[in-house]
Amino acid sequence: MKNVPMWRRYDRMLGPDAAADVDDELRFHLEAKVDDLVAQGWQPDDARKEAERQFGDFRAVQNVGERLGQRTDIRRRRRDYWDAFAQDFRYAMRTLRRDRGFAFVAVLILALGIGANVAVFSVVNTILLRPLPFRAPQNLAWLAGNNGVGGLSDWTYRVDAYEEFKRDNHSFQDMTAFVPYYSLSESKLMGRGEPQPVSFVWVAGNLFQALGVQPALGRLFTPEESVKGGRPAIVLSYAFWQRQFAANPAIVGQAVRLKNESVTVVGVLPPEFDFGAVFSPGSKFDYFRPIFMDDIRSWGHMLSVVGRLKPGVTVAQAQAEATILFPKLKGSEAPDWSTDVKTTITGLKDYVSGKLRHSLVMLWCAVGLILLIVCVNLSNLLLARAAARGKEFALRSALGAGRGRLTRQLLTESLILSSAGAVVGLGFAFAATSYLAHQGAIALPLISSLRVDGSALAWTLVITAIATILFGLAPGLAMSGSNLQSALKDAGPTTSQGKKHERLRTTLVVSEVALACVLLVGAGLLLRSFLRVLDVDLGFQPSHAAAIRIDYDDGGNRSRRGAVMQEILYRVKALPGIEAAGVSDMLPLDRNRSWDLMAKGKVYSKGENYDAFVYVVTPGYFDAMGMRLRAGRDFTWHDTPDSERAIVINETAAHREWPGQDPVGRLAQGIGDGDSRVVGVVANVRESSLEDASSPEVYVCTTQAEPEGAELVVRTSVPAEVLSSSVRSTLRALNPGQPATEFRPIQQIVDHAVSPRRFFVFFVSAFSALGLILASLGIYGVVSYSVTQQTQEIGIRMALGATKWRIRFDVIAKTMRLAATGIAAGAIASFFVARGIAALLFKTEPSDPGTFTATILLLAAVSLVSGYIPARRASNIDLMRALRGN
Amino acid sequence: MDKAKLELVRGTLDVLILKALVWGPLHGYAITSLIRRQSDEALLVEEGTLYPALWRLESKGLIEPEWGLSENNRKAKYYALTSKGRRHLKQETKTWEAYALAVGKVLGATQPPLPEVLS
Repeated sequence: MKNVPMWRRYDRMLGPDAAADVDDELRFHLEAKVDDLVAQGWQPDDARKEAERQFGDFRAVQNVGERLGQRTDIRRRRRDYWDAFAQDFRYAMRTLRRDRGFAFVAVLILALGIGANVAVFSVVNTILLRPLPFRAPQNLAWLAGNNGVGGLSDWTYRVDAYEEFKRDNHSFQDMTAFVPYYSLSESKLMGRGEPQPVSFVWVAGNLFQALGVQPALGRLFTPEESVKGGRPAIVLSYAFWQRQFAANPAIVGQAVRLKNESVTVVGVLPPEFDFGAVFSPGSKFDYFRPIFMDDIRSWGHMLSVVGRLKPGVTVAQAQAEATILFPKLKGSEAPDWSTDVKTTITGLKDYVSGKLRHSLVMLWCAVGLILLIVCVNLSNLLLARAAARGKEFALRSALGAGRGRLTRQLLTESLILSSAGAVVGLGFAFAATSYLAHQGAIALPLISSLRVDGSALAWTLVITAIATILFGLAPGLAMSGSNLQSALKDAGPTTSQGKKHERLRTTLVVSEVALACVLLVGAGLLLRSFLRVLDVDLGFQPSHAAAIRIDYDDGGNRSRRGAVMQEILYRVKALPGIEAAGVSDMLPLDRNRSWDLMAKGKVYSKGENYDAFVYVVTPGYFDAMGMRLRAGRDFTWHDTPDSERAIVINETAAHREWPGQDPVGRLAQGIGDGDSRVVGVVANVRESSLEDASSPEVYVCTTQAEPEGAELVVRTSVPAEVLSSSVRSTLRALNPGQPATEFRPIQQIVDHAVSPRRFFVFFVSAFSALGLILASLGIYGVVSYSVTQQTQEIGIRMALGATKWRIRFDVIAKTMRLAATGIAAGAIASFFVARGIAALLFKTEPSDPGTFTATILLLAAVSLVSGYIPARRASNIDLMRALRGN
Repeated sequence: MDKAKLELVRGTLDVLILKALVWGPLHGYAITSLIRRQSDEALLVEEGTLYPALWRLESKGLIEPEWGLSENNRKAKYYALTSKGRRHLKQETKTWEAYALAVGKVLGATQPPLPEVLS
C-alpha cells in the first residue's frame, strides 16, 4: 500500500457514505481482474465481460455490502460516541475527585436549586395541574349562589332551588349536593370505650355516583336510603376505617352506635377520595351520611351544589342557561331566593384551586429565579476553575482535541455535577413533600396528596438538562475558545484572556445580585403583607384562649339549656387558672352561618343585602374571647326564653342598619320570629378571613335561639394544655357522654386561617435567603479571585508606599461597584416584578419604600462583608512573596 | 492445466481471509489471488462470497479497513488484521488443525478401532 495522498483526507469530508464505498471497492475488484486478464493476453472488451461473468451477480453483492456497511457505520458511530463519553466521564470523575471541595459545594448548590424546584413543581402539580381525583373531573362544575360572594349562607342553595334546577336544566347530566355546615356534622361514636368525637358530612344520596367514586368495600347509598324513612346508612372514609376499625372488612353491613341511634355501615370509600382535601382544605371527615332533603327543605340555604356537565357542554353554556332558567323557576320570586338566582358556575377545579393560581405561579417563578441564580453561581465557579485549568486545556487542544471535543468534555463535567445535584435534590424534594403532605394544619386544597410523582421526575430531568446547558455552556465555550498560545506561554493574569474571563464573571455576579434583589424585594413585600395580616385587629384576643367542643343534653328545651350551660360555666370557672369562660355555637374564622338582620321599620329595595353572620352565645362569651363591648351590655342569665329577645350586633351591622344613630335599644327583625331588641354593640370580629373586612354580625343568647353545637371558650392565666384534663373531667362529671375532644387554642384557628399565606411567605423567604447566600458567595468568589490575580500588582503598590488601608479600600470599592450595579439593575427589575404580585399583597404598596430600602441595605451589607474578607487578605499580603511573583 | 475446484467447507473462508492478511494489509482482489496461489490454484474464492465475508469480519472488528492506492494507482480498500482478529485466527487455526487431524485419522484408518475397554 502506498502512502495516502492528500486528497483522500477530503474524500469523505461530508461524512461516511457506505454505498459509495461498496461501489468503489467492487469496481476496483473488477478493474484489477480486467488488468490481470489483459495481462494474460485477453482483448480488453472480452476481459471485461469475462471479469463480470466471473463475478456473478454484482447487484446482489452490492446490496449486501450497502446493508452491512450502513449497519457497521451506525454501530461505529455509536461506539465512538460512547467511547468518547466514557473517556470524558472517567476524566471528569478524576478531576472532580481531585477537587473535592469544589465538587461538594457545586453539588450542594445544585441540589438545593433542583430540590426546591422539584418540590415546588410537585405542589403546583398537585394543586393546579393534576386533575381532581374523580371520574372525568373536567366535566364537573361548581354552582355558587350570590355570584360566589359572601359567606356560606350566600352561596349555598335552598333545597327547592337545587331540586328544581336539577330537574329543569339541560346542561347537566347529573347534579349532586352536600351540606357544607360542618358544625351540623359533629357526632360521637359510642360503644367503643370513651365516646369518640367523629365528624361527617351530610351528602345527597347520589354524591359519590355523580363524582364517579367507587367504594373500596361494600356499596354506596341506595335511593331508598336517601329518602325519609329509609334505613340509616353511612359510608366510611378509608382513613377512618383504618384508624377506628383496624381496616376490618367485616364492619361492612354491621351497625354502629352514633350518639343515640344505630346506623349501618354500608361501604368504605377508596383511599384516594379525600372530601376535605377538595371541598374543605385542612379538615378530615370520618364518614358520610345521606341527607333527607325533606328534612331541611324549610331550613333555608343548606346545599353546596356540584354538577356534571353533559358531554360537549361548556361551563359558559351552562352559565347562560342558569342565568335564564333560575328566575323562571317556581318560587324564585321569594326574597329567600335572591342569592340562588344570582348563580355563578365555574369548573370544579377552578373553584378548588383557582384562588391559589396567582400565588402558585408566583412561587413557581421565585423558584425558577433560584435555579437561575444557582446556574449563574455555578457558571461562575466553573469559570474560576476553568481559569485555573487554562493550561491543561491549552495542552489538550495542542495535542489535537478540537473545540467541540473540549466543550463536550466540560459539558460532561457539568452533567456529572448536575446529575449528582439532581439525585441529592430529589432526596430533598421527597423529604419536603412528605413533610408538607402530613401537615394537616395547612389549609391548601389537595395538599395531603402531595408527592413526587412521575411528572415531577420528568420535570427533574428537564430542569437538570436546562441547568446543565445554562451553567456548563458558557464556561465551556469560553474555555475551549481560549487563545492557545498565550495560555501555553503562561503569560499570566495580565493577558487579555484573563481580562475577558473576569469581565464575564463580573457580568455573572452582577446579574446574580440583581436576581437576588428581585427575590428579596418579592419576599420582603410578601413578608410585610403577612405581618400586616397578623397585625390585623381581629376583634378578639387569641392568646391565652382555647376552645373545646362540648356535649350536653337539654332535651331541646331552652330554659333547660340555660340551666345546663350556667352549671357548666359555673363549674369550669371555679377551676384554678380559668379567668373567664363562655360558650358559642361557632367560632370566628372557623365556621359560619347567616340569618337576616333588618332594622324594624326600614324599607329595603329589591336585592338589598340584609344577611348577618349569627352566633348563639352564653353570657360571658365576649369576655372569654377577649371581644370589646362598644356600647350597651353583655347578655345575662336574666335573658330567658320568656323575656324579650336580646341581640348584640357588631359595628358593621350597626352602621348598615342604623347609620349615624345609636342602635342600642332599637328593634330588629329577622332573628327568629318577631322583634329582637339590640342591647349592645361589640367591636368587629374578623369572622371569615383576616384579610377581609368584617361583615355584619349578630349575637343571640343561647336561651333565645337554637345553637348549632357548642364550643366552650376559656381564657386562662396558665397555658391551656395544663388545664385540659381538669376541664375535661369537670365536663365528664356533668355529662358522662362528653366525647374525648382536644383543646383547641384559639391561636390555632387563627394560624389555620393564615396558613396559606404563611406557606407562601415561608417558601419565598427561604428562596430569597438562599438567593442572598448564593449571591454573596458569587461576590466573594469574584473579588477573591481578582485579589489573587493581582497579588503582584498589590505588592508593587505596597512597595511604592500604598498603605494597608488604601489597598483594603480599593478592593472594597471594587466590590461595592459590582454590588451597586447589580442592586440598581435588580431594583429596577423588582419595581416591575412587584407590580405583578400586587394582587397578593395586603395593605402593602408594590413600591413599598421600606421594603426596597431594606433590601438595598441588606444586599449592600452582605456585599460589604463578602468583599471585606478578600480585602483583608489583600492588605495582609506578604510583600516579598508577592513581588517575587508566581 | 486442470483446475481442481474445491468447494470451501463452510466457515473456513473466514480463517483463510484472516490468514491471508497475516503478512500485511491487502485489498479484496489481492486476497483472492493470494488464497488461489497459496493453495496451488486449488481454492477459488468467489467474489459473491468473499466480499460479504470481508464485511462481516469488519463489522465483528476482526479486520480493519483503510482506503489506499493500489499498485497501479487505483483507489482501493485495504484490510488489515486487528489484534482481536489475530487472536481469533490463532484459535481457529488450532481448531482447524485438530479437526483436520481427526478427520485424517478416521479417513486414513486401515482397520476398525479396538474394542473399548470398560473399566
